[in-house]
Amino acid sequence: MDPENNQVSNPEIDNLIEKNYEYGFTTDIESETIAPGLNEDVIRLISKKKDEPQFLLDWRLKAFRHWSKLKEPEWGHLNIDKINYQNISYFSAPKLENAPKSLDDVDPKLLETYEKLGIPLHERAKLAGVAVDAVFDSVSVATTFKKKLLEAGVIFSSFSEAVKDHPELIKKYLGKVVPYRDNYFAALNAAVFTDGSFVYIPKGVRCPMELSTYFRINEANTGQFERTLIVADEGSHVSYLEGCTAPMRDENQLHAAVVELVALDDAEIKYSTVQNWYPGDEDGKGGIYNFVTKRGDCRGKNSKISWTQIETGSSVTWKYPSCLLRGDNSIGEFYSIALSNHHQQADTGTKMIHLGKNTKSKIISKGISAKKAQNTYRGLVTIAKNADHSRNYTQCDSLLIGDKCGAHTFPSIGVNNSSSILEHEATTSKISDDQLFYCMQRGINEEDAIGLIISGFCKEVLNELPMEFAVEARALLQVNLEGAVG
Amino acid sequence: MSTKKTLLSIENLDASIGDKNIIKNLNLTIHYGETHAIMGPNGSGKSTLAKALAGHPDCEITKGSIKYKDIDLLTLPVEERSNEGLFLGFQYPIEIPGLSNSVFLKAAINAKNKHQELKDVSATDFIKELKENADMMGINQSFLSRGVNEGYSGGEKKRNEILQMLMLKPTLSVLDETDSGLDIDSMKIVSKGINSMLGANTSSIVITHYERLLKYIKPDVVHVFHNGTIIKSGDHMLARELEEKGYEWLTNE
Repeated sequence: MDPENNQVSNPEIDNLIEKNYEYGFTTDIESETIAPGLNEDVIRLISKKKDEPQFLLDWRLKAFRHWSKLKEPEWGHLNIDKINYQNISYFSAPKLENAPKSLDDVDPKLLETYEKLGIPLHERAKLAGVAVDAVFDSVSVATTFKKKLLEAGVIFSSFSEAVKDHPELIKKYLGKVVPYRDNYFAALNAAVFTDGSFVYIPKGVRCPMELSTYFRINEANTGQFERTLIVADEGSHVSYLEGCTAPMRDENQLHAAVVELVALDDAEIKYSTVQNWYPGDEDGKGGIYNFVTKRGDCRGKNSKISWTQIETGSSVTWKYPSCLLRGDNSIGEFYSIALSNHHQQADTGTKMIHLGKNTKSKIISKGISAKKAQNTYRGLVTIAKNADHSRNYTQCDSLLIGDKCGAHTFPSIGVNNSSSILEHEATTSKISDDQLFYCMQRGINEEDAIGLIISGFCKEVLNELPMEFAVEARALLQVNLEGAVG
Repeated sequence: MSTKKTLLSIENLDASIGDKNIIKNLNLTIHYGETHAIMGPNGSGKSTLAKALAGHPDCEITKGSIKYKDIDLLTLPVEERSNEGLFLGFQYPIEIPGLSNSVFLKAAINAKNKHQELKDVSATDFIKELKENADMMGINQSFLSRGVNEGYSGGEKKRNEILQMLMLKPTLSVLDETDSGLDIDSMKIVSKGINSMLGANTSSIVITHYERLLKYIKPDVVHVFHNGTIIKSGDHMLARELEEKGYEWLTNE
């Protein structure tokens, strides 16, 4: 059969690519942005602007000096234009006459931006019972529901506020899971991070609501370097979701975040990400470089950390949310959907480091590539000598749409304990014309059919998302695949 | 017969798959309320006819016309043919892993509702109807949340096709060898489902190799297909004759 005729082609759907990215607006808001460039003075300036204690400045400077000695890593299965770190502005803040005391004091233009993003802080948060911390460029703008959380003893604030209000907690936990020496981008982040979120759940507390952060890069030529730190004390439980968008710009913008999670005895952290940074246009121009270090420390016995990520945006995604399973009986999970279309590249996966006894990890990775996109799963599972009776299950599925895209799997497994069990399954499939025809014969148009087939393929991961976000994630997957077939 | 309203009218149809001309100068008229059986040996073009009606992209119409409900069917895209009430029961139903049957069916019903400018089906009505029909088709409730045809046996897939047909309430059902691979119990269940659909305002084309299905479904007309066209038509007695004599006495003529 002629392969050319084997495709169900639809020029109308092709046209939809043009309106692919809905969040590409910029907000006309007065910002205070420091001149591009990176040196110790810039770091001192950031620290001063944020009125930080000495220990934090010292730590930043140590990180910067370390970073200066490092070379950018090149091992990713990625094509990346050279980044000029001196061309990036490391601090940009919406200019506000006075710091907002409540939501009513927040600049209405900012709130409008959040409306466009589909997160009206007022209503939606209340309706969904979600507490939202929104980070705009570099600073945290508003944290809703703080009071209600505080009654439960939960601390949920911007990183800057936490530095002021709870310096002892920051000092105790900052950089302990992801040290600044960890890697190139972690060092850069430690030196120049400007804000982020901080969460502390006290002993025995079940966080009364989903916590959520939305990140937005607005200014041109800025990088976003946020830092998130979540500490779940003994027997506590928290579910946290982050979402990200950025305007459409021709140049690449850098996002190098660090997320550190600490779960003590019997604690559980569920961390979900819906990443929809601007992916660049269909020729691969522009888009966000999303180079993120995320790691969870299951420090206590019976602790559990679960990562769920829906990665649909960014021109390049390079990240491996990982779990250090230190406590006996601790559990690490990684559920991932990475969708890349056009010229997007994703090199993502996880690391599960089994150190404690009876530790369990589960990895479910779903990679979807369309057009000329490249999708790589890279995973590392290590079972240490003393991690008796540990178990890992890895399932890696790739779905290809069209014949110019690629899926790659690089699993790495190291077992040093004979009582442990590992399983690895991998599949690669295509959306077949037969499946599309079957759906269309049942009255479903091609676009919706692709959405349904994809959501079926991703079911195990979508099921892990908090209810109110699962619907959104499904819609996002479909929007990002418009024009993928044909 | 002349007072009956025409639902489908195929005139001088030629259709090919790849470079091969399969349907040759086919003429067929189906009125509302009629069941037509199409029989014939392997490779006679029966399934190609089903593809041509549904608008399968592999099937190219090179000559002739198909009128359905007074619409030029050949101008309609695949999904609109469905939304206009044309249902194809697949000979080999397709698996869609992970996509639950009920989500799939609901999407199909809502696509049809949208086409008819109706509201989305309510969740409770949908589930009630789905359960009733699943019971009739002997489909276990747990199947409804499983992936579409995922890991089903041949018989389960065919029963699922009929379940979808019952839910979508088509005007014209084209059932492509729905009876193949069925044991006698499944055949009875499937026939019951098909018969429950028949009425004054619905019609069906039942494509089959064997007469045995026609013991349960009484066709108004039986056609014998050979070399891509109808070589003989008759009533259900023709089916019996075919069962006894085979196709040779016709194809050798």
